[in-house]
Amino acid sequence: MRESFPAAQFVDTRQQTEAAEFGIWIFLSTEILFFGGLFLLYSAYRYNFPIGFSAAARRTDIVIGTSNTAILLTSSFAVAWAVAAVAEGQRRLVTLLLGAAVLLGVAFLGLKGLEYSKEFREHLVPGIDFAFPDPHAAGSELFFIFYFIATSLHAVHVIIGIIALAIMAWRVERGDLTARYHNPLMVTGLYWHFVDVIWIFLFALIYLPGRSGP
Amino acid sequence: MSAPRPPRALTGAWLALLALLGLTVTLAYQPLGALNGPLAFTIATIKALVVGIVFMELRQRRPLAIAAAAVGVCWLFVLLWLASTDFTRRTIIHADVRLATSDIRARP
Repeated sequence: MRESFPAAQFVDTRQQTEAAEFGIWIFLSTEILFFGGLFLLYSAYRYNFPIGFSAAARRTDIVIGTSNTAILLTSSFAVAWAVAAVAEGQRRLVTLLLGAAVLLGVAFLGLKGLEYSKEFREHLVPGIDFAFPDPHAAGSELFFIFYFIATSLHAVHVIIGIIALAIMAWRVERGDLTARYHNPLMVTGLYWHFVDVIWIFLFALIYLPGRSGP
Repeated sequence: MSAPRPPRALTGAWLALLALLGLTVTLAYQPLGALNGPLAFTIATIKALVVGIVFMELRQRRPLAIAAAAVGVCWLFVLLWLASTDFTRRTIIHADVRLATSDIRARP
């Protein structure tokens, strides 16, 4: 069913759009602090175990990590283009772009799963099967605890984003979201870009340290 | 009908992001010592700003939305800053405690 625009509680369409925009930014601010706790944990342990962290970071798969970063950046580009295109009423193009973003999100999760299975085979999963041939294994184990918590929480966000983008594609196709009213797509797009930004920092913290070392 | 083209700003931002990704991976393999970490963080911040300003359209949002975004980042820095005063000094505090304890034990 097409929503009435503006909804009853708003004076006009502009006020409704501004409320949606403000609401999602407040939500994203809370998300910054949600991931902020993890970044704090990382900072504290990396400060105390710099060698163990570098040794562990070298064991992550830089090819999968870099590919996944490129995939998320490209999906963000597709979503940003979709938001621009919906404002011009290009319904078919918007559906295609959102579909492409969904597929890229699924590819990201697929590669992440491949990486997890590789780490499991290499005995890098703390609490289940962890063996690290290094005198700094304690720090390395802490790194991998952070790695699995942070990347799995991020993956949950990616899954939610994929579902939301798929719903948006369906709603655009149905004609619910138009050039005049597309607040849900704008809000979903902002969420997807935020998930991308979090990954940009996770990539720098997880895959890059210790690469130039022995 | 001509093929649809993305807005130029979006294409530029996407290509810049991929270039920055290539740059940060290349730099990670250079033996720059203590500079490797800060460089990776700086490039990540630039990438996040590009996504924020262009893809998330912060450049054309109202001040209220920009303030809401900035507040989250601001509180994150407060969290990291205050907490870092603990974990960066903790070893020294432990050493002081040990010293103080040994002083007490040494007393006749």
